[in-house]
Amino acid sequence: MKPPQDGVVFDRVSKRYGDVLAVDDVSFRVAKGELVTLLGPSGCGKTTTLRMVAGLEPVSEGRVLIETTDVTLRAANERDVSMVFQSYALFPHMSVLENVCYGPLSMGTDKAKAREIAHAKLRTLGLAGMESRLPSELSGGQQQRVAVARSLVLEPKVLLFDEPLSNLDAKLRRRVRQEIRELQQELELTVLYVTHDQEEALAVSDHIIVMDRGKIAQQGTPRELYEAPASRFLADFIGDANLIDGELSGGAFSAGGVSAPVHSGGTASGPATLAVRPHRLKIVDAGRGPIPGSCKRAAYLGSRNEYVVATAWGELLVFDDDANDLRARDSACALDFDPGAVILLAR
Amino acid sequence: MSTAVAASPVFVPAARDRATAWIAAAALAALAVVPWGLEGGASSLLLALRGQVSHVVLAALAAAALFCAWRGLDRGTALAAGAAVLWTFAAGFAAGPRGTSFGLGAAIALIALTACFARAIARRGAFKGDPTVATIVVVIAALLAAFIFFPVGKVLSAALLDDTGALAPRLAAQRLLASDIWEIQCLTGGTHCGVAINSAVLATLVGLLSTFVGLVLALVVQRGGNRYAAVTKVMSILPIVTPPFVIALALVVLFGRTGIVTTLLNTWFDIPRSRWLYGLPGVALAQLLTFSPIAFLLLHGALAAISPALEEAAQTLRASRWRIFRTVTLPLLKPALANAFLLGFVESLADFGNPIVLAGNYEVLSTKIFFAVAGAQHEPDRAAALAVVLLGLTLVAFWLQQRWIGKLSYVTVTGKGDSGLNAQLPPWLRRTCFGLAVSWFAFTLVCYAIIFTGGFVRDIGRGDMTLTLHHLSQGFAIDPSSTATMFVGSAWDSLFTTLKVAAVSAPLTAIVGLLSAYVITRHRFAGRRAFEFLTMVSFAIPGTVIGVSYIVAFNVAPLELAGGMTILVLCFVFRNMPVGVRAGVAALAQIDRTLDEASSTLRATTTRTLTRVVMPLLKPAILATLVFSFTHAMTAVSAVIFLATAKYNLATVYIINRVEAGEYPLAIAYSSVLIFIMLAILLAVQALVGEARLGRRATPMLAGGG
Ligand SMILES: Nc1ncnc2c1ncn2[C@@H]1O[C@H](COP(=O)(O)OP(=O)(O)O)[C@@H](O)[C@H]1O
Ligand SMILES: [Mg+2]
Repeated sequence: MKPPQDGVVFDRVSKRYGDVLAVDDVSFRVAKGELVTLLGPSGCGKTTTLRMVAGLEPVSEGRVLIETTDVTLRAANERDVSMVFQSYALFPHMSVLENVCYGPLSMGTDKAKAREIAHAKLRTLGLAGMESRLPSELSGGQQQRVAVARSLVLEPKVLLFDEPLSNLDAKLRRRVRQEIRELQQELELTVLYVTHDQEEALAVSDHIIVMDRGKIAQQGTPRELYEAPASRFLADFIGDANLIDGELSGGAFSAGGVSAPVHSGGTASGPATLAVRPHRLKIVDAGRGPIPGSCKRAAYLGSRNEYVVATAWGELLVFDDDANDLRARDSACALDFDPGAVILLAR
Repeated sequence: MSTAVAASPVFVPAARDRATAWIAAAALAALAVVPWGLEGGASSLLLALRGQVSHVVLAALAAAALFCAWRGLDRGTALAAGAAVLWTFAAGFAAGPRGTSFGLGAAIALIALTACFARAIARRGAFKGDPTVATIVVVIAALLAAFIFFPVGKVLSAALLDDTGALAPRLAAQRLLASDIWEIQCLTGGTHCGVAINSAVLATLVGLLSTFVGLVLALVVQRGGNRYAAVTKVMSILPIVTPPFVIALALVVLFGRTGIVTTLLNTWFDIPRSRWLYGLPGVALAQLLTFSPIAFLLLHGALAAISPALEEAAQTLRASRWRIFRTVTLPLLKPALANAFLLGFVESLADFGNPIVLAGNYEVLSTKIFFAVAGAQHEPDRAAALAVVLLGLTLVAFWLQQRWIGKLSYVTVTGKGDSGLNAQLPPWLRRTCFGLAVSWFAFTLVCYAIIFTGGFVRDIGRGDMTLTLHHLSQGFAIDPSSTATMFVGSAWDSLFTTLKVAAVSAPLTAIVGLLSAYVITRHRFAGRRAFEFLTMVSFAIPGTVIGVSYIVAFNVAPLELAGGMTILVLCFVFRNMPVGVRAGVAALAQIDRTLDEASSTLRATTTRTLTRVVMPLLKPAILATLVFSFTHAMTAVSAVIFLATAKYNLATVYIINRVEAGEYPLAIAYSSVLIFIMLAILLAVQALVGEARLGRRATPMLAGGG
């Protein structure tokens, strides 16, 4: 297999706003044809990173490469990069068609040709027939697609998305993110995608880069991040997790006087944090599992039951995917888990 | 390379820069073929060939700039172009009054070379590497230096220097702190206050009142449904197209000692005739009538730009109409209200037309300066000292405004198209506003009735209401059989000159003002605050001072403009420019910056972003600026009273002269003609430019806005 070609290389980049270090010595690569997500809580520097790739902000230190070209000193209009803005930034005084033609006309394409490729892109995105509308005459989802069409029509080497779904309702969000993913895979686009929503990130990404306070906390495939988070912050941030502080000794983890067998992997004995995903916990009848407890809350959600179980390890969230009959509140129960399906973090 | 990046985080344009070379070529072409001097004659290149050393050097430097620009040697371009500009001025001033005055060739070459210099330094990293921004900033700053700071500096130095030209701090302090400027007796029960105190009191009063009236009018027009839109539209434009002293004249006809109302009150109610009009009340009233339409335009634009979604949001949060108005609409208007107040305050300080007619014993700075210069005891030093005081007062106003608004930025026109309707006002508020607006319009209507009838009756001042066209024909007679010109009336010349000057200066003002606003709001570069300040300074300089300083500075070579038409245009452009800047800044603050960024990621150059995205969205502001600068050029008095000549006379100056000669009816007749012409032109412009497409439902847009 050939090594993947680089789409974006971000090489030891920092960004300072006065005294604020918004992005701190960040390096990553986006391979060609891949969708990489920048994920992190609000204010961690995702947008700033994206804007530096776009050329909207100059870097304070470091280099930015698009494919093999060093574009560190190039302004936005001289980079082969397009961006879909959080607010879409559609020009309110131009029709849909004029918006989409804007890029090609900027590049000196002649008018007839520009209209032709704009029409084609609008058709691809299911916007045929809306060419002469103003952005204010479109729904949120349609505006979003116009914004995507406007960026795609230039066939940029890299496409950037800054929280593209944050202005859509939940249902639409799920559909649009699938559309974006399908479009990306179909056209083999190189995409850098920003979101603060971990579920969205898991759903669309080939790779995820988790940022925290201007630095990269961890990067990897969605599965790697979910199955093997490197820190308490990551375990908590990506997916739900029950975090229990306790003691690891030999093959057992104990906290609050109750211990249960775990596979310690490489983790040394001593103080440790156990992270267990809610659906990895099995709720069983009292006495059938190592951790006794009682059901504090129970909810039937159709596809699963959700419980909050009070135990010596604290209150634990449990998803019961088997959707058995809902246990009664305050009934005694016990929890069990597969010793290999938990994450141990040294403290 | 990477260390260089660390030191200067800027972008460097990649493409080879042809534009700079073309501009340098234009400079060289101007030097080669366009007459250099004011009186026409030879081009610079011809002068160089005839052996004039200064032109040989200039040609060489310009050629070097072109060569470097073509080869992409940015440092060389910057040095050669910069040196060429400096050399031209140095040689020009060194030659003294008997040297050649700069003409068209010099003007084109100097501006082009300055632009070359700006683009070249941008390519070397200045202005974040953006040549367009660099060009705008450097060229405008250079023009301001030449046409504001140079002449005003020349006059203000008179305040600080003694007769021999040496710095005289004690003398200066004496002049600046004189008791007839700062006395506050009137506040403590005395009768007399210093002229600065008088001006400040008047300006504060007018600022507050005109903002209030402007807000009331804007609310009625923008929110009260559009039933009255057409009426209010015309009625709110009327006062702007009125030369200020005309309102004052109408007030005299109404409320003067022998005025119509005064006489009626006297005969019906035995109220004694008094001179109450001559002083603070009269001037304040006249200025209020004159300036609140400007506040109206500003506030109307701001109201129109408030996203309906915000008010709809408040509505859905169960807010009552009054609560929406108080907690959403009004706070969002805060920057516009502050701007309106500032505008009224400063306009009042600088106003000349109303005080000259109505101030009486209530002395204010602007007229005092005028009399110090043009009066019997010619005292230029004293005028300069008063001007420094006036400048100080205005700067205080700016400072207060900055403190009040702080760093609030209300972005309400976002990239997402907004739909929806603005909230209705609470009924009682709507009724109150409506009542106030109606009284306002009624009063204004009466003033205009006076003006429109006064020119067509024999003598309105004495109540002789016999209809006559005599006054009109005196000014505007047309005789098709006449051999020299068919426009034989005495007023035609001044009218034609005025129209020409206004038509040329209005678009220039809009361009200079809005480009400045664009770079100030949208780009961060070293010296941005200073540049913003520079663009606003001419606002703080009263017309009287500008007029005097132009006469002093521009009557000798190499900048010999006095007596021509160019000086009138320049005067209007640089005096009215701050209004364009303000309108632009206010409008841009409400247009989401990501629109510019989107344009830029779509490969548009800064120039394309400007022309295709920013300018179309600025239409309301452009219109407001055009309207303001055109009408202001037609109605201004204070500066041009020094600059108009017999050959290039202006309408207002002609009218003032008629007033001085006691020919009130002709003055009033000419005023009404002026008003009619401006109205016609305004409505035509409005129809041409059309309404901004901002994607709103049923929100009537008016002339101004922004
Ligand atoms: N123009 C700016 N000036 C000063 N600080 C900024 C600017 N833009 C962003 N920051 C700061 O940089 C940090 C990262 O911001 P951002 O990249 O927008 O975060 P995110 O997109 O992850 O929410 C924040 O602390 C923010 O306050
Ligand atoms: Mg962000």
